[in-house]
Amino acid sequence: MTILVFSGLLFAGALAAGLLGSLTGLGGGVVLIPLLTLLFKVDIHYAIGASLVSVIATSSGAAAAYVREGISNIRLGMFLEVATTAGAVGGAFLAVYLSTSVIAIVFGIVLIVSAVSSFVKQGDNLLTGPGSRLTRLLKLNGSYPTPQGRQSYTVKNVVGGFLMMNVAGVLSGLLGIGSGALKVLAMDNIMRTPFKVSTTTSNFMIGVTAAASAGIYLKRGYIDPGLSMPVMLGVLVGAFAGSRILTKAKVSTLKKVFAIVILLLAVEMIYNGVNHKL
Amino acid sequence: MMKKIQDQDLERIIGQLLRYGVLLSSLVVLAGGIVYLIRHGGQLPQFGVFRGEPDKMKNPVPMWKAIVNGEGRPLIQFGLLILIATPIARIVFSIFGYLMEKDYLYTLITCIVLAVILWNL
Repeated sequence: MTILVFSGLLFAGALAAGLLGSLTGLGGGVVLIPLLTLLFKVDIHYAIGASLVSVIATSSGAAAAYVREGISNIRLGMFLEVATTAGAVGGAFLAVYLSTSVIAIVFGIVLIVSAVSSFVKQGDNLLTGPGSRLTRLLKLNGSYPTPQGRQSYTVKNVVGGFLMMNVAGVLSGLLGIGSGALKVLAMDNIMRTPFKVSTTTSNFMIGVTAAASAGIYLKRGYIDPGLSMPVMLGVLVGAFAGSRILTKAKVSTLKKVFAIVILLLAVEMIYNGVNHKL
Repeated sequence: MMKKIQDQDLERIIGQLLRYGVLLSSLVVLAGGIVYLIRHGGQLPQFGVFRGEPDKMKNPVPMWKAIVNGEGRPLIQFGLLILIATPIARIVFSIFGYLMEKDYLYTLITCIVLAVILWNL
């Protein structure tokens, strides 16, 4: 197989990953690394590098729209980025010392958490009131647009959310993913921000978190241009197409199928990790 | 009310910055990719074993020299560099934004985020 054919197949695979990731809201990064390592037999370090740049591209592209619509809570995102970037830097350093088997196993576990959390029904949080002293000091309470005008909300458990974001950052830096599922979990389940705000603010943060570790990976020579080019362009085109058809498509069945695919990939990653096949 | 409007201005500009950064980087990556596939498309891919990248894929100065030489791979890498710089530019811009809003707490928080990222580069 020549580079031309290989790049074409990568582009197609990444496009599918980006499309499914954006339609189901699970992100393209989660399936990208299993796709590259299991199917295309790419070394996991190169796979992490290519995945990281794709994550920056899709999250920045999507964040641009949400920020302009005023849904994302910029201050909340900025504050929590202290936790995620510090974590991401730590994760990128940790990646040097952990064997590829351990990375594969951790990856498998995170895949399972992402897949399972997509089945958990998201109650729509809406806390109002003045909030705690800390949230007022940090100006974390915000509002988002609804058909009836802007709805104000309060956030809680700032410290708990911050710590959870730190974990999400470490995993993002270690595995080269956006950790979107964990970020949403931290905001939705711990800080109790409204679902729409959690997802869009998480998206806004992913780019900066990934950039923190991508710089380190680039300097370390983990980011290969020949591999990253078709992967990044494919994911970007797929995610863009997904966001266009999202409003028309019925995604609940697709989401279930995709979650099952992720679970199978998780098992395969863990199996390969345990047997030192990656 | 004045402050509210400024917050929204900030959001609008951040949105534009992210959009054009991604667009510019994809165009550069695409251009580099075309050159790369023309020059190396017939060779065999070797991504199965990790060897690390040469200097011209890691440091801007040798990268630029190789781009001037007409190489495709460093041009792709330059595009990826623009991509990585996009969210970082968003942080830098926010620092000035918060300064103009006289929100010194968030100026400080944003500076910390920037320092964490740049410290390790």
